[in-house]
Amino acid sequence: MMLRGLWKLTWIEIKVFMREPLGAFGTIGFPVLVFLVVGRAAGRNVAAPTLAASSFLRVGLPVLASLLIAVSSVLSLVTIISIYREGGILKRLRATPLRPQTILSAQVIVKLMLTAATLGLMVLAGKRYYPISVHVPLFGFTIALLISTLSILSIGFLIASIVPTARFAQPIGAAILYPMIAFSGLFVPVNSMPPVLHAVARVLPMTYAVSLMEGIWRGDSWWPHMGDVAALAVVFFVCTALSAEVFRWE
Amino acid sequence: MNSLRTSVPVIQVSGIRKTYGRTVAVDEVSFEVNDGEIFGLIGPNGAGKTTTMECIEGIRKPDRGTISVLGLDPFRQVYKLQERIGVQLQQAQLQKRIKVWEAVDLWASLYRKKSIDGERLLEQLGLVDKRDAWFMNLSGGQKQRLFIALALINDPEVVFLDELTTGLDPQARRAIWELVRGIREHGKTVFLTTHLMEEAERLCDRVAIIEHGRIIDIDTPQRLVDRHCPERIVALATDDPTAEERFGAIPQVESVVRNDLQFTIRGRGEDLVTEVIHCLSENRIRITDFRMIVPNLEDVFLKLTGHSIRD
Repeated sequence: MMLRGLWKLTWIEIKVFMREPLGAFGTIGFPVLVFLVVGRAAGRNVAAPTLAASSFLRVGLPVLASLLIAVSSVLSLVTIISIYREGGILKRLRATPLRPQTILSAQVIVKLMLTAATLGLMVLAGKRYYPISVHVPLFGFTIALLISTLSILSIGFLIASIVPTARFAQPIGAAILYPMIAFSGLFVPVNSMPPVLHAVARVLPMTYAVSLMEGIWRGDSWWPHMGDVAALAVVFFVCTALSAEVFRWE
Repeated sequence: MNSLRTSVPVIQVSGIRKTYGRTVAVDEVSFEVNDGEIFGLIGPNGAGKTTTMECIEGIRKPDRGTISVLGLDPFRQVYKLQERIGVQLQQAQLQKRIKVWEAVDLWASLYRKKSIDGERLLEQLGLVDKRDAWFMNLSGGQKQRLFIALALINDPEVVFLDELTTGLDPQARRAIWELVRGIREHGKTVFLTTHLMEEAERLCDRVAIIEHGRIIDIDTPQRLVDRHCPERIVALATDDPTAEERFGAIPQVESVVRNDLQFTIRGRGEDLVTEVIHCLSENRIRITDFRMIVPNLEDVFLKLTGHSIRD
């Protein structure tokens, strides 16, 4: 019975999202665009690709684009939760037999589906327009991206629980999440960072997301990355538990 | 209202108190709502109406006191209760771009019990031609009618309506009143809050007046008026020079105020008007205007609290 409510709510949230004038493009289009434009620019400028450039094109950029997909999904979640709270939509949904966790799960499912769909689009666009062909264990990588997204989503939930108004939700979320990408080891390997930054990178979940996704993209098996998965799981459980304590419905 | 109904109250509220920080929102509030009646909680904004209602709906937990709705504890048995009640919240919104039929369809899927026919409900509420419209494009009255539809979709036994007609124009308001009366005709109990005295007077079988979180009095609108404002007023106009003296001689009259040809006669008791008319005819006083001013709930509120509900 409650599954029926969850499914209906999820489906309606997808439809409502697709009707947003910028919602679909902003979330799905932007990361794909970054991926293609940067990829082509880099591919053109490097006539005979150096090892570093080639590695960036082969692994770094796709992972960066995937991370952007995850972050924009999370920002969209933070914004929607804030708007729904401010508009009394959360409260109205709560005044039904729906369980609170069902209401929030529907939002998370929508964002995960969105992430997977954007990834699919990126792969399709990549096959056609990306300068070099890359062979990836796509199923495994999708799972790695979803695990990373889920972990980052829990941070998003924590932000959404604390941010007071919808107006500030998106900028505050962006100010917290985007810098995490910079320290994630995607641009500078974590091990060659100065000690302080190294320590920062070690506690940021983004670092583990990057390590996991890069590894799976390269074709690693899951076993050496269980530490990354565990770290992401810890972030997920801690943030979810904290959110459950401080989340406001109105 | 209907003497055949059982006398067990549908809602029993006993001594509830709710504070937010240092502000006492609701204090020692107790009342009962009977099966099949429209019960109104009336008072100015910030009086504690919504807090009281949300405690009864199970959305908030009172600091103390007990509440029973349909024999259930609203806080501990909230999901059981939600199945059997319908709720319209003050100033609620839906997703901007959700369609009317989608909202009804979603809500219908949330209840265990078989819901009533959504399409027929939209028809009854005059929303059929808006079924494919986005929520954000509905007028205030249409939004409220949709919220009534959502509150009725599970065929509830008790319907809660919080400030249902606030912000609506008089025409839309009257249409909504008709709908609420219709809900009672279907045998449901209605609990509503309003700061509009006219709404309470026209709609409610019984009202509780609340101010600063406390209930001041509870009764039918008519009995509240009779109890607190027994005064009757007749306003008339005449150029008869003996009029003032003769009106003053009527036993029930307490005061006669004259302003040029206009007289305002105040007195007590239902006979006042009869006595004034009797006096006019006996003394052959010619009048050019005659009006009765009957006190209403607005006057009761003023009398009980010392200020108008609009202040």
